Amino acid sequence: MSLLPYLLRRLAQLVPTLLFIAVVVFLLVRLLPGDPASAMLGDRARDADVARINHDLGLDKPLVIQFLYFLKAVVTGDLGTSITLKLPVTTLIAQRVPVTLLLTAMSAVIAVVLALPLAFLSALRRGKEADVVIRGVFQVGLSMPVFYLGLVLLTVFGARLGWFPVGGYGTGLADHLYHLFLPALTLALSLSAVLMRNLRAAIIAVVGAEYVDFARAKGLRARTVMLRHVLRNALISTVTLFGLSVGTLLGGAGVTETVFAIPGAGRLMIDSIYGRDYPVVQGMTLALAVLVSVTFLLTDILQASLDPRVKR
Amino acid sequence: MSAPVLSVRALRTTFATPRGAVAAVDDVSFDLHQGEVLGLVGESGSGKSITLRSVMRLVPPPGRITGEVIWQGRDLLTLDPPALRRVRGGEIAMIFQEPMTALNPVLPVGLQITENLQAHTGLTAAERQRRAVELFDLVGIPGAARRLGDYPHQFSGGMRQRVMIAIALASNPRLLLADEPTTALDVTIQDQILKLILDLRRDLGMSVIFVTHDLGVVAATCDRIAVMYAGRLIETGSVAGVFARPAHAYTRGLLGSVPRAGAERAPLLSIEGTPPALADIPPGCAFAPRCALAEPACRAARPALAAVGDGHHSACLRAADVLAQGGVLP
Repeated sequence: MSLLPYLLRRLAQLVPTLLFIAVVVFLLVRLLPGDPASAMLGDRARDADVARINHDLGLDKPLVIQFLYFLKAVVTGDLGTSITLKLPVTTLIAQRVPVTLLLTAMSAVIAVVLALPLAFLSALRRGKEADVVIRGVFQVGLSMPVFYLGLVLLTVFGARLGWFPVGGYGTGLADHLYHLFLPALTLALSLSAVLMRNLRAAIIAVVGAEYVDFARAKGLRARTVMLRHVLRNALISTVTLFGLSVGTLLGGAGVTETVFAIPGAGRLMIDSIYGRDYPVVQGMTLALAVLVSVTFLLTDILQASLDPRVKR
Repeated sequence: MSAPVLSVRALRTTFATPRGAVAAVDDVSFDLHQGEVLGLVGESGSGKSITLRSVMRLVPPPGRITGEVIWQGRDLLTLDPPALRRVRGGEIAMIFQEPMTALNPVLPVGLQITENLQAHTGLTAAERQRRAVELFDLVGIPGAARRLGDYPHQFSGGMRQRVMIAIALASNPRLLLADEPTTALDVTIQDQILKLILDLRRDLGMSVIFVTHDLGVVAATCDRIAVMYAGRLIETGSVAGVFARPAHAYTRGLLGSVPRAGAERAPLLSIEGTPPALADIPPGCAFAPRCALAEPACRAARPALAAVGDGHHSACLRAADVLAQGGVLP
């Protein structure tokens, strides 16, 4: 059974999804209170100037026409120019999105590295001290707000101990990774708590399965039984959760980026919403939505390759 | 008679519960000879499956196994993990009731066979592959070579059971433990699978322990029968002997409850009541509360297995009276 037909079908499903996202993004910005002309000109703007700018931006046309213009522009790769930063939105996306991607990828890796062994330890020592301690610590991590956790890490490891920079992004990949470590850890802790709990429950369920007994009855090593028979089956449900969480992380890194003063997509988004920078909000939302959709697609592919029973 | 290949002595498997340890298997002893097929019979919850799993030390936690399981002169219950691994799958293999749950759903069946070979033989990858095809042919899976890459859900129920048997047989075990291997299958497939196991027993000289609640299967396949009730063995003997002259009130009830084709219509006998919960097995004979022949002595002390004929043992104080009633079969 090849994965290719499934892949193509799954890619085709992406088209209506993206179209729908485009509609939502387009409408959402127009439903926000306030308009860009007023934001640009300030409180004492004359009505004539507001009308002129609205006309220049095409905001006086019917919504449907505006949407078609919007769609045409998007397809041709023109997402407009930032009202406040006076830069093409595509340029901003190219600058900011990779930062958020790197941050998210790093948190995902840290979360998996933390969750995987601890989930095994916790599941196999169910009810013992190790399990209680691990679950207790993660429970605290999970219930702590991200901005607070970020500030604590920043104060202790950044300011007090001086092990890590207190903010910024640095230059060059190694420096980027160094600067992103604390924020990535901040995001990873709650993610790994979710993963750990889910994986622990999945492992406990799988360890009791008859095929695990059958694997033991074959005389396989305990490690082979765990990695080949238990882990793979336990991962199937966790992979879905992982993909959803990473997707959420992509769109929700704004708070952490603000706390750590990282020039990422999330922070730009927050700034643009306050500044009524329509084109940037539109463009960034679209870019993030595409990224999230791609993340979900990758998750589905990963799940299909783990589980042959997934309809292909 | 030659020495037995497997001797189980005073096997006791307990599970810790908040109310204290509960014995799912209590003081079970039996022997199994080369090439012999033993049917371990009893109702659900009588401890037959746990007995089988105890032999392989595959009891789910928090189960504790005591006693002795002597295999080839060694006690499996005290074997160190590497030696135990060599026995499991290599010398003693096990098959389960429901192949859909006993086969790993996300691994191709070929890998599930070859990993067994990898654990127990020095074959190369190519040789393992060839042996896997050979095994599929042996158990009658058509198109063997093409099907090794398939996953369990792509096989029918009967074929899945064949796959499981092929996996179990991969490293030429000398003892097959079969836990209700045909219960989940329809009758025609059941016959094919039973015949397959018996053929393999004959060709490969294996011994087999068959756990089942189906007395028809026992009559068709087994040499000897061991009847379990509430975690204890209550009657053992040759299939012919026990079926013709049951010597325990419970066995007699069990035989009477089997519907029979042909003959004249007669009401089915059923055993009144239900088996006791393992947490409160009555003192004395566990079957006494349900037994029409029970007398005060039955409730006082637990009867031990005693010889009632040639190789025929019963743990029933009223064995003589039960025997006097004769067989249930026409």
